[in-house]
Amino acid sequence: MGVGIEVSNLNAWYGANHTLQDISLRIPPNQATALIGPSGCGKSTFVRCLNRMHETNPIARVTGSVRIGDLDIYKDAKPVEIRRRVGMVFQRPNPFPTMSIYDNVASGLKLNGFRNRRALDEIVEKSLRNSALWDEVKDDLRKKSGASLSGGQQQRLCIARALAVDPEVILMDEPASALDPVSTSKIEDLIFELKTHYTIVIVTHNMQQAARVAEKTGFFLNGRLVEFDSTHKIFTNPSDKRTEDYITGRFG
Amino acid sequence: MTRIRFQRSLDELKEQLLVMAGLAEQSIQRATEAYRTRDHSICDLVMRSETAINRLEREIDQAALDLLAMEQPMAIDLRFILSVIKINADLERVGDAAKSIVERVHSMESMPNIDLPVDIPKMAALAASMVRKSLQAFIEGDAEIAESVLTMDDAVDAMNRAAHTALTRVMSEEGHNAPQALNALMISRSLERVADHATNIAEDVIFWVKGDDVRHSKSIAKSEQKAAAKAAAQAANGQMDAPAEDKPTE
Repeated sequence: MGVGIEVSNLNAWYGANHTLQDISLRIPPNQATALIGPSGCGKSTFVRCLNRMHETNPIARVTGSVRIGDLDIYKDAKPVEIRRRVGMVFQRPNPFPTMSIYDNVASGLKLNGFRNRRALDEIVEKSLRNSALWDEVKDDLRKKSGASLSGGQQQRLCIARALAVDPEVILMDEPASALDPVSTSKIEDLIFELKTHYTIVIVTHNMQQAARVAEKTGFFLNGRLVEFDSTHKIFTNPSDKRTEDYITGRFG
Repeated sequence: MTRIRFQRSLDELKEQLLVMAGLAEQSIQRATEAYRTRDHSICDLVMRSETAINRLEREIDQAALDLLAMEQPMAIDLRFILSVIKINADLERVGDAAKSIVERVHSMESMPNIDLPVDIPKMAALAASMVRKSLQAFIEGDAEIAESVLTMDDAVDAMNRAAHTALTRVMSEEGHNAPQALNALMISRSLERVADHATNIAEDVIFWVKGDDVRHSKSIAKSEQKAAAKAAAQAANGQMDAPAEDKPTE
């Protein structure tokens, strides 16, 4: 099941660049939360701070706290453990190109030393079913490589790969921005299904997408969280003029 | 400022609605004038305006639909377009009300002009001023002006009720004047509807500007109060009727 995320006074820097400033918010469990804002506003940095991906950049620094469920991710756990609990899907699908579909999904588990063949088969099937890809690939699991799939299928394969390690939270950084409308719609349907089991945080530039899939929406601007409220409120009657100007296209 | 084309389309939509509003307001004024003077050339003007209003209604709805489909507006822009669609429908009904009034005036053509216990021009002036004020609120995007329209509706309702009482008395007591009284009653009813449409327009302006849905506030509050009182009474009765074992023991 998904867990809630509580972020308190989060600040992040890339070198001298203060990219996130005093972010505090509570992301509810088993819901989709959308993060919107103009390019460079800090929303992608923010999601990377939720599974310590931010630290992969040597000049990056973070202060403040992020609690995922009962775990303070900057105090109580190692990055590897956090990334098992917090899966991530990126803008461009990034399957391992030479691996088969099966091995792509099983890669995270195998990397963690999971060797039970029968259990692996079950997890791969379940993950592919939950990512709505099973019916399209079940006959080619070991025959075809991840790279042989279409863009939309590759993205769902990446989601299956994230699901295979049984995370509690799934972070999605513009997961449909490189996809056609049909594939985008499949990803959105999938988000709708997945949130019954996982907590989902999605960064998107597509306002209609945020409005369609998310219960909560946060608007970032210049490294600050300007407004965080129900998606309904944000898109029909936001409290802050800057949010309104952004979502109505008056700037950004 | 981005989305210049979209902003221009919104301005054009507003201008189209104002043209329609002007026609609707003028129709009510002319219909009242036609009642007062029994001048049938004025009736013809109202009928011609009604056709123009109907045509504009379709054009405005189409323009609003295009903007919803093509621009996917959000927040204040979305509320604006929704309000325009609803105000458009209300203005068309104002045009219908003006048409109903001149139809009554036509049917009174062969009847003697008698004094009736109803001040139609006064009622019409008040209803027309509500329309004017609600449109001023729309032009200026001013929720305070719109709120002031809501308070005026009670006065028109009261005038309509008084007209109803007085005119039904004429119908029962002065049978030979009943046709004129009936026509006046229907005109009073049309003007009361015009005031209701002005109220709707004012409510739509408040929704556009503030995002608050103030429709039916009074009746909803009243029904909630009733339900709460009923629940409280049932709870009190339930306590009194509770079986002995549920009651606290000594």
